[in-house]
Amino acid sequence: MNTPNVSRGPVAGRVVAPNGATAPSEIEVPAVVTEAVFETRELSVLYSGFRAVRGVDLTIRRGEITAFIGPSGCGKSTVLRCFNRMNDLIDGAKVEGDLLYRGVNLYDAAVNPVEVRRRVGMVFQKPNPFPKSIWHNIAYAPKVAGVKKKGDLDEIVERSLRRAALWDEVKDRLNDSAMGLSGGQQQRLCIARAIASDPEVVLMDEPCSALDPIATARIEDLMKELTNDYTIVIVTHNMQQAARVADMTAFFTTEVASESDRRTGLLVEYDRTDMMFTAPSDERTENYITGRFG
Amino acid sequence: MALALSRERREERTSEAVRSAITRSGGDRVGLVFKVSLLACLLFALALLVWLMSTVLSDALPYLNERGTGEFLNGRLSSRTERFGVSQGIIGSVWILVFVAVLAFPVGVAAAVYLEEYARNTRLNRVLVLTIRNLSGVPSVVYGILGLVVFKELLGGGDDAAWWQFTGGSSLISAGLTMAILVLPIVIITASEAIRAVPRELREAGFGVGATQSEVIRSHVLPYALPGILTGTVLAFARAIGEAAPLLMVGAVTGLLSSKDGLIDTLQGKFTALPMIVYQTAKRPDAEGWPAVTAATILVLLVVLLVANASAIFFRNRVERKRSR
Repeated sequence: MNTPNVSRGPVAGRVVAPNGATAPSEIEVPAVVTEAVFETRELSVLYSGFRAVRGVDLTIRRGEITAFIGPSGCGKSTVLRCFNRMNDLIDGAKVEGDLLYRGVNLYDAAVNPVEVRRRVGMVFQKPNPFPKSIWHNIAYAPKVAGVKKKGDLDEIVERSLRRAALWDEVKDRLNDSAMGLSGGQQQRLCIARAIASDPEVVLMDEPCSALDPIATARIEDLMKELTNDYTIVIVTHNMQQAARVADMTAFFTTEVASESDRRTGLLVEYDRTDMMFTAPSDERTENYITGRFG
Repeated sequence: MALALSRERREERTSEAVRSAITRSGGDRVGLVFKVSLLACLLFALALLVWLMSTVLSDALPYLNERGTGEFLNGRLSSRTERFGVSQGIIGSVWILVFVAVLAFPVGVAAAVYLEEYARNTRLNRVLVLTIRNLSGVPSVVYGILGLVVFKELLGGGDDAAWWQFTGGSSLISAGLTMAILVLPIVIITASEAIRAVPRELREAGFGVGATQSEVIRSHVLPYALPGILTGTVLAFARAIGEAAPLLMVGAVTGLLSSKDGLIDTLQGKFTALPMIVYQTAKRPDAEGWPAVTAATILVLLVVLLVANASAIFFRNRVERKRSR
């Protein structure tokens, strides 16, 4: 099991002196100084007046992988889709509470969701490449962001595909349709597409649930590599996956309203992944991770 | 019941007993009857079509052979079967298709995009959609009255037409506009359905990389929906080319038609179309050989429709191939 590396942020917990030697130990540096990318306070999402998920208070820090786990219907995907305003596409969806992206409330009336999505990319459950060539799949994001020169686009396409560990497999057929790739390749293409607009955060909504174990392992390796440049939030059904890749884990569950029999999701516990899986503080978390329900 | 069955199965001690149980003959009688009756319905429909086609062909071919197909296609309206030709009808029908393609297609697709992508699910919009659906079922003669009142009279104006009365009365413009309006609901409905069938994942992919709504529509939704939209266009063509009633109301010529020079004169002048010729020749005496002329005109009408549809389908297949490649 991967032990989360808590010092993996832009501000590492060590100061290096000009001569390359480690600074004297008298200088106290906090062990974890990572900047918050997202902060939510009492976030809840309503669909047509019905509360789908409530009570989400968490802080997602730069350069970390944060996993959302929980049983079906607990609202983890719903919360994820708030982070790039994808819920705007659903009629009747309404968000309450605060969702701050680097201090700015994402649901402020003046916020342009299109600009948000250029900074917060997304990878979906089912690989969904555009039915176009591999090149056009990657170049589309920079194109709509205003990059026009073919040379620049070529460079972005190559860089994105290399970062998504797909370049060597597709470099000779960039003009072929993306639909001809295998499922795992398609999902890596979608990751390349998401990072082509150079976002700060990549949201992944169960990115491996349609893939076989080998393809899944490749995506997981890729995720760990990408944390050098990107903050990743992943929704997963697979607890082992969360344990393998995530620095932080949030556990959601559902509660059933006694009078209406409707389910509402809620955030139960949010902690470092190793804590979550070794010493959960909530009984419901423990029951879930030990397989007693869910 | 279920318990009794499972006990019975457990008591089949030998493979032979199991074999005889699961290879029981007799089969699915009801299923067979069902299948045969479905096939019978299909054959009945086909038989009617074949009968119709063979009557048309057996009437038309001897006449066309005797006259010469070229002469029939190039000839003009006449009161004598041996001089009769359908060139003016072909010109009228093709122009009507042009009006449909140039007006109904873009307007209808744009309306469908608005309804599917932008309109909110309000009561007003639901009423609007219902109205469009009903309009597609309105009898064509009603559209003919619209054409008569609006395009022929209001926008035609007769001899002392004002500058804005551009249709020229009973003209190709009036007929083309009437037909375009007639097929507009069909185009809107089929295009709406094609747009609705675009997978949500594709839209999400577009929005997810930071495209605006109009960018998602133009670069993903419309290209994906285009084959379906073109199928709707084929239906619209078929409807527009086959209708006679609206043309009758707008005032298609049933007797003789003088030739015209120039585009404007053609469009603003008197006109006829293939279904009108079918209607008009069918009323003339059998003894003079008019049924053969009617059959030959029907044949020409079918061929024109086939060419129009084939080109739309050809275009659609090219788009589809491009999509899946």
